[in-house]
Amino acid sequence: MSFRQAFYDEPLLFEKRSDRVDDVDLTDLVPRKLRRDRLDLPNLAEHKVVRHFTRLSQMTFGIDSGLYPLGSCTMKFNPKFAEELAALPTVARIHPDQDESTVQGALRLLYELQVLLGKIAGMDEVTLQPPAGAHGEFTGLLLARAYHRDRGEERTEVVLPDTAHGTNFASAGMLGFRVVEIPSKEGRVDLRALEAAVGGRTLAFMLTNTNTLGIFEERVLEIADIVHDVGALLYYDGANLNAIMGKTSPGRMNFDIVHFNLHKTFSTPHGGGGPGAGPVGVKAALAPYLPVPAIVRSESRYHLDYERPKSIGKVRAWYGNFALLVRAYAYILRHGRDGLAEVSERAVLNANYLMKRLEGVLEVPFPGPRKHEFVASGAILTRGGVRTADLAKRLMDYGFHPPTVYFPHLIEEALMIEPSETETQETLDAFADALMQIAKEPAEVLKAAPHTTAVARVDEVLAAREPILSWRMAHRRAGPARA
Amino acid sequence: MASDASEMLRALGIESVEDLFADIPAAVRSDALDLEPGLSEQEVVARVTSILSANRTMADMPTFLGGGVYDHFVPASVRAITSRSEFYSAYTPYQAELSQGLLQTLWEYQSIICELTGMDGANTSMYDASTALGEAALMARRIRPGATFVVPRALRWHRKSVLANYAIGAGLRIREVEYDRETGMLDLAELREGATPDVCGVYVENPNFFGRFEEQLEDIRAATDAVLVVGINPLAQAIVRPPGDFGADIVIGEGQALGSSVNFGGPLLGIFACRQEHIRKMPGRVIGLTRDAKGRRAFSMTLQTREQHIRREKAMSNICTNETLLAVAATAYVAVLGSHGLRKLAAENAERAKELAAAIGRIAGLVAPHFKGDHFNEFTVRAARGYEAVHQALLERGVHGGLPLKRHLPELADVALFATTERHTAEDRRRLLQALEAAA
Repeated sequence: MSFRQAFYDEPLLFEKRSDRVDDVDLTDLVPRKLRRDRLDLPNLAEHKVVRHFTRLSQMTFGIDSGLYPLGSCTMKFNPKFAEELAALPTVARIHPDQDESTVQGALRLLYELQVLLGKIAGMDEVTLQPPAGAHGEFTGLLLARAYHRDRGEERTEVVLPDTAHGTNFASAGMLGFRVVEIPSKEGRVDLRALEAAVGGRTLAFMLTNTNTLGIFEERVLEIADIVHDVGALLYYDGANLNAIMGKTSPGRMNFDIVHFNLHKTFSTPHGGGGPGAGPVGVKAALAPYLPVPAIVRSESRYHLDYERPKSIGKVRAWYGNFALLVRAYAYILRHGRDGLAEVSERAVLNANYLMKRLEGVLEVPFPGPRKHEFVASGAILTRGGVRTADLAKRLMDYGFHPPTVYFPHLIEEALMIEPSETETQETLDAFADALMQIAKEPAEVLKAAPHTTAVARVDEVLAAREPILSWRMAHRRAGPARA
Repeated sequence: MASDASEMLRALGIESVEDLFADIPAAVRSDALDLEPGLSEQEVVARVTSILSANRTMADMPTFLGGGVYDHFVPASVRAITSRSEFYSAYTPYQAELSQGLLQTLWEYQSIICELTGMDGANTSMYDASTALGEAALMARRIRPGATFVVPRALRWHRKSVLANYAIGAGLRIREVEYDRETGMLDLAELREGATPDVCGVYVENPNFFGRFEEQLEDIRAATDAVLVVGINPLAQAIVRPPGDFGADIVIGEGQALGSSVNFGGPLLGIFACRQEHIRKMPGRVIGLTRDAKGRRAFSMTLQTREQHIRREKAMSNICTNETLLAVAATAYVAVLGSHGLRKLAAENAERAKELAAAIGRIAGLVAPHFKGDHFNEFTVRAARGYEAVHQALLERGVHGGLPLKRHLPELADVALFATTERHTAEDRRRLLQALEAAA
């Protein structure tokens, strides 16, 4: 497919001609020493503002623009009916401090979503509060900490496989835990290394299954035993839950704590980087520590229960990213029992089909089928100084968003490809054809790519060397020339 | 099964998609999901709409709640802009060339936040004000040694609780400073006493938890060498001098008021900005100005070496997914209103609050505002007979009163926090006053 992105030499809001207007009188409203007499923001005609952002949107690529096979990120179609539901006044215009009696609909929906997620993951209780996957990890580790402390144990180490998401490391680090990283073997957890790494200091072992290589960890029950034998907990990073729905569940695999990424598996849009939602499910032993308030039901009324003496307290304001939770709830109802299993089946079929189509073009380390994603190495294409990054940039010229690159770290020149279930064979074929075509192209074409996007290759080194993060910094530091 | 699925199975040389799950051991295989069968789109929309219809919205029932999120009118253009699916269905703009529009928008967002706050750099968002506070405490600790972080005792309870959880990893102790019982502002004498050398940071809010302007920013800055973190309402900032003028190091706040709905408390927009010298210690995603290979102006994510995917356990924060689309909404909102629209709106909010407080204060048995002095768009109301009964009586009349402060500050068991915005009509106010008169 050929593709040419829109380009407008669109000025910054601050560069547009601003209307001059009268000032407002703040006497008697703001104490004198706090009174502000000047605000340097432009006054623009409304249609100019709409045109500005319409142009900028046309210089942006979303899942509605084309294939977006970012491994681990699960970029699937975001159903439009969910957008309409989330915009209802009964979602948008209810205040979180309203009396329970006036928000029974919201509380019922949240309660039912907790139940649905618990069933899907095989967990006993769920909190919907964390606003993102990483925040779910943060919450889950706080729960693990509370659980151990309640048993008189201060555990200080979190064990992670070398294929783990960067957020696992960062969440553990943020809470002051020492990270113990174990190398993988044949793309899977090395059980001996795990045995050697865990002990009385281990708070939890965090794992994605299927793992970030798209490989199912078949020996997960043995892994669970090794972890549980030393009294530690097994944490499920739910980024890849979309591979296994209806086939197995974290509960069946003996995980104790799970976070869900509703913006991955349950199709809520990524919003250009957020908002997301990262609910956390736990086995009964961890339920007393969940954040307050719990949402409970008694005699067909729904309540916010703050009387949880062992709770870790709050991890964010109020009850979660409600407007996202509404979308995920609607998505689960739409698909239901068989539909969710079909989502996983098709996601896995698409990934394996695409992997097959790319045989001979890209090398995929470790044999065997994958689940919803696979990690290829661009190393065999490396010639004339071409790198995976160049390959990724060149894909844009064919109208595709590139896959995740350079992760996981153990694969050289990694391309992590996740097509998701909403793509058709036709799209996957076009993507494979594009990669095959690119493999034959001269190195200089790749190194200078992209050629058809709004701007040419962006200098990220310059951006970091002398960071200019705002209009005022641009003026102060570099003068208007660079701005 | 779609017809192309059978072709794909054939290409893979397998009979059934089940073959691709053969590596999942029988011991962990589960039966079918224990869920209802799927519904049609029409059925889902009907079911969800019907469940939600049990809610009474702020439009159905005059509601005087604020306490961190505010029901402002959102111009249709803002929603039209955030409904561009290029924006809302995009991922984090890792690939700069394909995402210039979003990157420019977010750079404009950072610039707007800097103008409102007087800071030099801002990130593209934290989850909400409470996690922004937690991150600010951790950042203060990175900037300055000292294991104590000081906050006002008069702070929303969930902000305190979130802060306590964020403080764990760095081993931070939280020290609370009392409020002045007369004015509701920070007790300066107690702050001076508490600003010991082990304090790495001090947090204050303007307007504060009571909606009262904190007039002592200059004195607070003078009282401590520690990192000064100021919590703001971005709309109030249109008419209030920026914290940067008073020597703040970090500014945080709840950005929902800029173009987003209250959404039952989520999603929200954590504002986070700082002075230039601290930029490399800031958490979260930031967008920088740069050039493309042809020398044209371009934008990209930058300073990524602070972030989790590079720095792993040494990262400034674990944050990855944030609240970007609300930052887009805030940018569009500020652009639609302009400096004049924002200032007018902020002044109107303050004026309405002042008038409403005065009207409530004229009712026998009620005092408003309970704390003397200027407020932004919320204020405290004290009920001589106790607030709980008043609250219930209002509800019975189809009016939702303010936030009872009992859970936050037990000594204010007879006080509630009332908020008003441009959205309240004359009829809403009349109904509130009538109901209060009957109840007080």
